[in-house]
Amino acid sequence: MTTTPIKQNVNVTVNGKPYSAEVPTYRTLVDFLRYDLGLTGTKETCSVGVCGACTVTLDGKMISSCITLAVRVDGADIQTIEGVANGDELHPIQQAFIDNGGFQCGACTPGQIMATKALLEENPHPTEDEIKQWMMGNLCRCTGYYQIIDSIKAAAEKM
Amino acid sequence: MNDFAFHAPTSLKEAADLLAQYDGEGKIMSGGTALILLLKQSLVQPDHLISLHRVPEARGIEVKDGVLHIGGLVTQREAEQSAVVREATPLLANAYSRVATVRIRNAATVGGGLAQADPAQDPPASLLVLNASVKVMSSSSERVIPIEDWFVDYYETSIAEDEIVTELLVPVQPKDLGWTYIKYLPRTEDDYATVAVAALGKTKNGKITEARVGLGAVAATALRASDLEAALVGADAKLDVLKDASQGIADIVDPTSDPRGSADYKRDMAVVFARRALEQVLGVV
Repeated sequence: MTTTPIKQNVNVTVNGKPYSAEVPTYRTLVDFLRYDLGLTGTKETCSVGVCGACTVTLDGKMISSCITLAVRVDGADIQTIEGVANGDELHPIQQAFIDNGGFQCGACTPGQIMATKALLEENPHPTEDEIKQWMMGNLCRCTGYYQIIDSIKAAAEKM
Repeated sequence: MNDFAFHAPTSLKEAADLLAQYDGEGKIMSGGTALILLLKQSLVQPDHLISLHRVPEARGIEVKDGVLHIGGLVTQREAEQSAVVREATPLLANAYSRVATVRIRNAATVGGGLAQADPAQDPPASLLVLNASVKVMSSSSERVIPIEDWFVDYYETSIAEDEIVTELLVPVQPKDLGWTYIKYLPRTEDDYATVAVAALGKTKNGKITEARVGLGAVAATALRASDLEAALVGADAKLDVLKDASQGIADIVDPTSDPRGSADYKRDMAVVFARRALEQVLGVV
């Protein structure tokens, strides 16, 4: 393919701030966030919507940004890991992951935190079973799952 | 991904007109969870991608005259959580709740899943036993296709290139039927099934008066075990009867070997899980 890519302008609100960029129509949302907007907190790992590392919310619903097109979110509201802390003050979910050893290498952590936030917004006091059902789409290759579940329980208690 | 023009029509009619205009070079996207994987692998290379995310229609869920209507753009998460779907067709609500993960169900739509037609999807086995049908539209016409005529082959349905799935129609599940959806998966719970079985059934005075069995992930399309169903009606609701009758399942399935199991294993498991599903819905212990 030697032709110039077809581009479109994408206007989007990320973590409450407006952004605008002209991108090829095939740009995925995760690449748009990382390379066009410089928001590198969101990680891409599996690229096929399975692992959950790239979890963000689109108009309040958590989705996989690796299987969402940037042009699809024109006009939408996106929340990413960069918007979770309040300045230097960590969100209770972030603090709970630190206090409970809820991460090791950290590659999956932005996705784990975003998925936890979406869970607790919908269900502030989940049972362990509900936590497992919800979080099964967020893989941790360090296999620190017990600590992740502990972190989520601790966050739910504090919030 | 190849280079494509991206369109965001604001009505179904506009989307259908674009499909007609681009005459085979356009592709509809709803949730995109499946299509984007195909685009990434260059298995689908449309010149025009027509996204339905700005279309306000086809998002309703209601029961009319004993039939559940689910708009094609309803997400699978909405279908799973809808009180209307749970009441009208608990089997189908359960099947949607078993699809992948919350994150995928938040994006994937009912209509998109139907058009994708991966034989290992969760809903098709249930849709078959519930005698569902699919409504589609083009820029000039509309038609309703019974579910048994919908699934044609791997990733292939009877939808025409210029048509869009607008609605799923499902007769309300009779309250007196036992129901189950068994998703057998030895790997992780968000995966596609190795073998999936949906069943409905009832007995009277120890005899089977109705039995319906649908199978997923074991052939090019989801299947209905019609011969088994016919053989069971009038038979004793007993374990040995179910054991004998379900042997025939091995002849109607045609699984492929993949990381979820060898073809032989899946064939054997289809027999086992069809029998177990029948045990559950018929109350045979």
